[in-house]
Amino acid sequence: MNRLLPWGLTLLLAISPVVLDTYWTDVLNNVGLYAVLALSLNVILGLAGLFHMGHAAFYAVGAYTTAILNTVYGIPVLWTMPLAGLLAGLFAALVARPIIHLRGDYLLIVTIGMVEIVRIALINNIFGITGGANGIFGISRPILFEFKLTKPIHFFYLIWAVVGISAVLFRCLEHSRFGRALRYIKEDETAAAGSGIDVAHHKLLAFTIGAVWAGMTGTLFAAKMTIISPESFTFWESVLLFTIVILGGAGNILGVLLGAFLLIGLPELFRDFAQYRLLVFGAAMVAMMIFRGGGLLPPQPPRYPQAKVSLEERP
Amino acid sequence: MSLLDVVGVSKSFGGLMAVSDVSFDVEEGSIVGLIGPNGAGKTTVFNLITGNSVPDSGSIRFQEQELVGKPTHAIVAAGIARTFQTIRLFPRMSVLENVLAGRHCRMKAGVLAAMLRPPRQRREEEAAIARAMAELRFVGLEREYAQLAGGLSYGNQRLLEIARALASDPRLIILDEPAGGMNDAETQALMHLIHAIQKRGITILLIEHDMSLVMRVCHKLVVLEHGICIATGTPAEIQANPRVIEAYLGAEDDHAPY
Repeated sequence: MNRLLPWGLTLLLAISPVVLDTYWTDVLNNVGLYAVLALSLNVILGLAGLFHMGHAAFYAVGAYTTAILNTVYGIPVLWTMPLAGLLAGLFAALVARPIIHLRGDYLLIVTIGMVEIVRIALINNIFGITGGANGIFGISRPILFEFKLTKPIHFFYLIWAVVGISAVLFRCLEHSRFGRALRYIKEDETAAAGSGIDVAHHKLLAFTIGAVWAGMTGTLFAAKMTIISPESFTFWESVLLFTIVILGGAGNILGVLLGAFLLIGLPELFRDFAQYRLLVFGAAMVAMMIFRGGGLLPPQPPRYPQAKVSLEERP
Repeated sequence: MSLLDVVGVSKSFGGLMAVSDVSFDVEEGSIVGLIGPNGAGKTTVFNLITGNSVPDSGSIRFQEQELVGKPTHAIVAAGIARTFQTIRLFPRMSVLENVLAGRHCRMKAGVLAAMLRPPRQRREEEAAIARAMAELRFVGLEREYAQLAGGLSYGNQRLLEIARALASDPRLIILDEPAGGMNDAETQALMHLIHAIQKRGITILLIEHDMSLVMRVCHKLVVLEHGICIATGTPAEIQANPRVIEAYLGAEDDHAPY
């Protein structure tokens, strides 16, 4: 039963755009975009335990990279994806470098400042290429193998393929030397350094990888919307992503996916109660912190099947 | 030739001189004990060697290489591993993963290798796990490998810290009160373990309050009092040294002003 459940849910998701109308397919697309973003934030916040509330800044760098390369230089949208990721990662490495030693709430405040600075810089039409408050429009539709993606159902499969690939890659990342290093750092920085782990280097890498993914998601966002503006990359977006990770289960990929469904999908179901949304949101957060501090699905300690074999052979 | 040379090292915290002009050396293959009353600056000396804090003056050389100014992780990579006086494990991670932390600096796989899993990465991972299990067997914790480290008994947590330190292939291992919180039987086992570590060719520097353990295990002792090195020598020499006796028991004819 437990083994079949994920496959069943995946299948259900795969056929859902055929059954659902355009509106609901688009809602699922949004869930997917947030899922990738939250998965990338999970590397920074969930694994390394760095309180980063400015993830929308990296998302913005990616989206604007794609928008500018496409509208000004006519480069096909999907081709800009690696560069969008690369630039966002570079931006993160530069920005995070001087603040990487900050802990907890201090880091939180600085990252909030960062996302606001990025948004205001975009509004002020920085370098004269971001289009100011109006943003950039006329981003062309992405073409995949000579097939032009226009409808929500097309984007559905593109976005959720990226979600799937990201989830698999991040799961591998988690269960590796690198992922372990981040978890050691989250548990106890002094002990991690004392065990031989370069704490600052790994934190910076976590930021960079999270940003690369957020940047690439920015490409998907720009392609789906065809218009982007600073409004899409506010502090509130960062808070929402932060909440998805914490509420779903920091450090657990399934938890983060569940969080994306709950926080992006559920409000659409209860549109009639839209004015109470923040009230319910707040109450849910308070209840979670009291009853389930680790999130809905707290991280499970990884198993090491290889270890068992060596246990059986006697020295 | 000595493995570790501490030369004229001083460190003050605010107005307090924690360590003042301390010098000693550690011969390769030996077991050296650092002793002294509480607050004598023993742990501070350890922290200076392992890069947890930086001395105000003086030099610390390991295999002819200057350690002062190097970050902690680089010092571990150079071959010095440590345990902590107040146990610092990763309590919510498994015993095996705790040992793998020590293995980290001898592994190479980066982010891309982690995501794409080339055979090289898998082999490295498997070798690391096998090595970590061997270290657990060495300290006698292999049965507990899947447990959370926080659930181990106090004595076993100390052993796990030693296993983690050993996993980093150290040439010098620094033990900060390894017998702290252990009962007699556990202390006895620890003594055997310390000898077994030495047999592997690893040099040991330890702080310990259990004098019977120190006197029986160590080849050489360094005595600190109020941050000053008051004596060095073999256990027999130290036991006969009047300054050491005074530091521990107080002067025999004590003309205190009150």
